[in-house]
Amino acid sequence: MEHFFSLFVRSIFVDNMIFAFFLGMCSYLAVSKTVKTSVGLGCAVTFVLLITVPVDYLLQTKLLSADSFLGIDLTFLSFILFIAVIAAMTQLVEMFVERFSPSLYSALGIFLPLIAVNCAIMGASLFMQQRIQMNPDNAQYIGGVGDCLAYALGSGIGWTLAIVSLAAIREKMAYCDVPKPLRGLGITFITVGLMAMAFMCFSGLKL
Amino acid sequence: MSLLSKQNSEALLGPLNKNNPIAVQVLGICSALAVTSQLKPAIVMGLSVTIITAFSNVIISLIRKTIPNRIRIIVQLVVVAALVTIVSNILKAYVYDVSVQLSVYVGLIITNCILMGRLEAFALQNGPWSSFLDGVGNGLGYAVILVIVGFVRELLGSGCLLGVKLIPDSWLLENGGLYLHNGMMTMPAMALIIVACVIWVHRSCNKDIE
Repeated sequence: MEHFFSLFVRSIFVDNMIFAFFLGMCSYLAVSKTVKTSVGLGCAVTFVLLITVPVDYLLQTKLLSADSFLGIDLTFLSFILFIAVIAAMTQLVEMFVERFSPSLYSALGIFLPLIAVNCAIMGASLFMQQRIQMNPDNAQYIGGVGDCLAYALGSGIGWTLAIVSLAAIREKMAYCDVPKPLRGLGITFITVGLMAMAFMCFSGLKL
Repeated sequence: MSLLSKQNSEALLGPLNKNNPIAVQVLGICSALAVTSQLKPAIVMGLSVTIITAFSNVIISLIRKTIPNRIRIIVQLVVVAALVTIVSNILKAYVYDVSVQLSVYVGLIITNCILMGRLEAFALQNGPWSSFLDGVGNGLGYAVILVIVGFVRELLGSGCLLGVKLIPDSWLLENGGLYLHNGMMTMPAMALIIVACVIWVHRSCNKDIE
């Protein structure tokens, strides 16, 4: 239980998807213009993560690894299999959002199907693949579906936290006098850099 | 139909400056930031992306008339994933230390927006040869930014380039000199700020880009 909790908190603050690994940057920079749409995208990403990481964990341990029932080491197929699971799940979320929140669906636009190629989702599965080989004493170790859920939920909340706070800053920044060549993309990068520095303080956290 | 008509040379050279994938199109930022703390992984990553973009463009362009429109994203992802698997295994076999350093970011080439962007925007409408040139051009445009950022971060962060010490130890503060390595440069946060500076310079030079 303690490991579960520490994995959850670590993946929000210490191993934050955006500030520590730069995963999911494309949609992070493009969608963070208003707080409302960024909350929606954050929830969609968290939801897709919560399904894909445990499913990919089961595929990895029960089908692909050498001690599965097939008895052959098929880990070289993991990229193709993971991306297929992610693409299918994204399709599901897209249909779900279109049915229940048409306004959010049109606000997210092209970025909803693009969750399939969001690095944060694929990255979480690939990190999970690395972490199941770690020493069980390690705070980052993932040893079961429960750990996968904690990791996925934490990463999703961390990503949402990052995109919502950037959107809030950008809404305020619309009134600032920024040098012309830096306007738009440049100043956003510098803001994210400063936020990443602030998040570096959490790396001393012992859990 | 010469090999490098005006349109084809535009496809090859445009992405290097006016239409750069990172600085102008804002594609493929994730890996650009994460692998650039040293120059060597930055070069390897740039080359891998160039090769994968070029060949996935060629393959998709060859089969573009047979792919049903509704499932084209899945087809593209499978082609890219197969190419990435091949490149990842080649890296593991020949440059193992770099592939350990790049860790998950090799696998993340699959979800690199440059690939999907070029496949959707170019390879689905154009023939194999110009698609190949477009892929090489965009890959190199990406690699150029990676190399610039990797160069600055490795030089200022640890005083080396490609692992060769350029700043002698006797200059350092603890040996009686006046120089100190900027440890901040090796941290992830500085990558963002250096890319911002690259964009700043690029936009100041090309005033017509919004």
